Amino acid sequence: MTTTLDKRPPGAHARPTPPSKGRGFNLLRYNLLGGVAGWLWLVVVLLPIYWIVITSFKVQADYYATNPLAPPTNPTLDNYRFVLENDFVRYFINSVIVTVGAVGPAVLVSFMAAYAIVRGSAASRFLRGVNGLFLMGLAIPLQAVIIPIYLIIIKIQMYDTLGAIILPSLAFAIPLSVLVLSNFVRDVPKELFESMRMDGATEWGTLWRLAFPLTRPALVTVTIYQGLTVWNGFILPLILTQSPEQRTLPLALWSFQGQYTINIPAVLASVVLTTLPILTLYILGRRQLLSGLTAGFSK
Amino acid sequence: MTLAPPVVPSAPPAASSGGRSGSVTWMAWPALVAFVAFGVVPLIGVVLLSFTSWNRLSTDIPFTGLDSWRSVLSDPGLPHALWVTFLIMALSWLFQTPISLLLGVFIAAHKRYRSVLAVLFFVPLLLSQAAISITYKALLDPNFGLGAGLGFEFLQQDWLGDSTLALCVVVFVVSWQFIPFHTLIYQGGIRQIPTSMYEAAQIDGAGRIRQFFNITLPQLKYTIITSSTLMVVGSLTFFDLIWVLTAGGPGDATRALAVDMYQRGFKADLMGPASAIAVILVLVGLALALGLRRLGGRDASASQLEGV
Repeated sequence: MTTTLDKRPPGAHARPTPPSKGRGFNLLRYNLLGGVAGWLWLVVVLLPIYWIVITSFKVQADYYATNPLAPPTNPTLDNYRFVLENDFVRYFINSVIVTVGAVGPAVLVSFMAAYAIVRGSAASRFLRGVNGLFLMGLAIPLQAVIIPIYLIIIKIQMYDTLGAIILPSLAFAIPLSVLVLSNFVRDVPKELFESMRMDGATEWGTLWRLAFPLTRPALVTVTIYQGLTVWNGFILPLILTQSPEQRTLPLALWSFQGQYTINIPAVLASVVLTTLPILTLYILGRRQLLSGLTAGFSK
Repeated sequence: MTLAPPVVPSAPPAASSGGRSGSVTWMAWPALVAFVAFGVVPLIGVVLLSFTSWNRLSTDIPFTGLDSWRSVLSDPGLPHALWVTFLIMALSWLFQTPISLLLGVFIAAHKRYRSVLAVLFFVPLLLSQAAISITYKALLDPNFGLGAGLGFEFLQQDWLGDSTLALCVVVFVVSWQFIPFHTLIYQGGIRQIPTSMYEAAQIDGAGRIRQFFNITLPQLKYTIITSSTLMVVGSLTFFDLIWVLTAGGPGDATRALAVDMYQRGFKADLMGPASAIAVILVLVGLALALGLRRLGGRDASASQLEGV
């Protein structure tokens, strides 16, 4: 699964052939300890999820009266209705706007930069410097620079807008995207670039007609990873917005929980609703998503 | 979701045939401008702000020299926050690493039911930390939560009201989300180990336990370093999860660095000291990343296959 993104430095030893199905791997075949851990962990993962789902269908009185792990005796959709009536749709749209608004441009500019770095670094010190800057940028944690970001957003008068969340999200998606994408653009055979040049194609044309189709899987992967990061982002909306109309889902979830502390079934229904889109995506494109999660650090 | 700031093996840009760099350089500009504006400038900004006493409500930002630093460094809150951060880091490493390794070995095998299990394992990675924290907050309620449901006495505790327990809960919830991520990394690493090594060991009569300790573990050296670096450096920035779960409490029991920074800056309006904490956060992160890299003996991107 992760091997699609595996990168080895050119000088490394030859890549071992992946183990063939069912053969070898004696260690892994009858792994008792691993088996116990695996099934145990499954319970640890599924129990809370099961609990969220069943509780979200309980009436509030039942939640306090019945066994927490028993399925609801008279399931209800009221909690969901309640959440939807509480502007959930608005927060959902906000989240979509922020995610698309940040990730779309971020992947586009990162792809362009990755192309420029791969194509131009040999001759340009400037581009080598840019590459170095992005690599260093990987080490900057968003949390640590949130105060100046807050100041900048106030200065450019974007506080309490969706744009305020979009701009830093976009910027912080760039370093990793550039790194992953440049690794893939680098894999495009030089001869293809050469023949594009012979045909008189411009670099811009080569970017779209050659590099784009050949790196499409990596582009999808990077988009998914960054999309998930922005969709689940909490600290930026927390700090850069204040009015309820600008909330994204994670923040809405948090304030909802603060507001309806005792209505646990409704709170959990909101958890289910915010997670549903991602789960759907996971079911549709599991492989892409998982390789996206380890994009860039597949070792 | 906030994953750890990735520490990625850096490959030097390979020379490609292009010579006319002038015609591609402009393509790097949009990304460069965006990243400088909201990444590099804020990084410089946070250092500068740590020498001021901005209170975030006023528009002027008075320069006050080392005052913020003096107040932060003399505040007993700082060693406490560092200690909490260190505890969370160490405990979550100790908890996550063996489980991820074990699960990684388990799902690396090409077995159908294991891939199905793996699909389910990864679900926590998809959820936002806000959602996870809210869920656990309710789930750990001593009267109506999981403890009451399963009927286990020891589960019915005031998990978030006791200092030690709250810290353990933070570590557990962090692990609940991130173990699948590290499992995925280990699975990738394990699948890189040549089968021939196990076959040879078998011929030599090595048992499975010995194979694990003599082949799997040494072969995974660099995978372990990568995974540990991500865990350790990532744990410095835990904010969403702690803030929603405990808000740094009870008292200041789970007030880690990032939470401390937020509370000083955005709750107490002391942006100067908060910026100083942020600078410390960056420095500690860098020191740890470099230290772990050194521990690896050489560049983490080097081959794991030495001695084959």
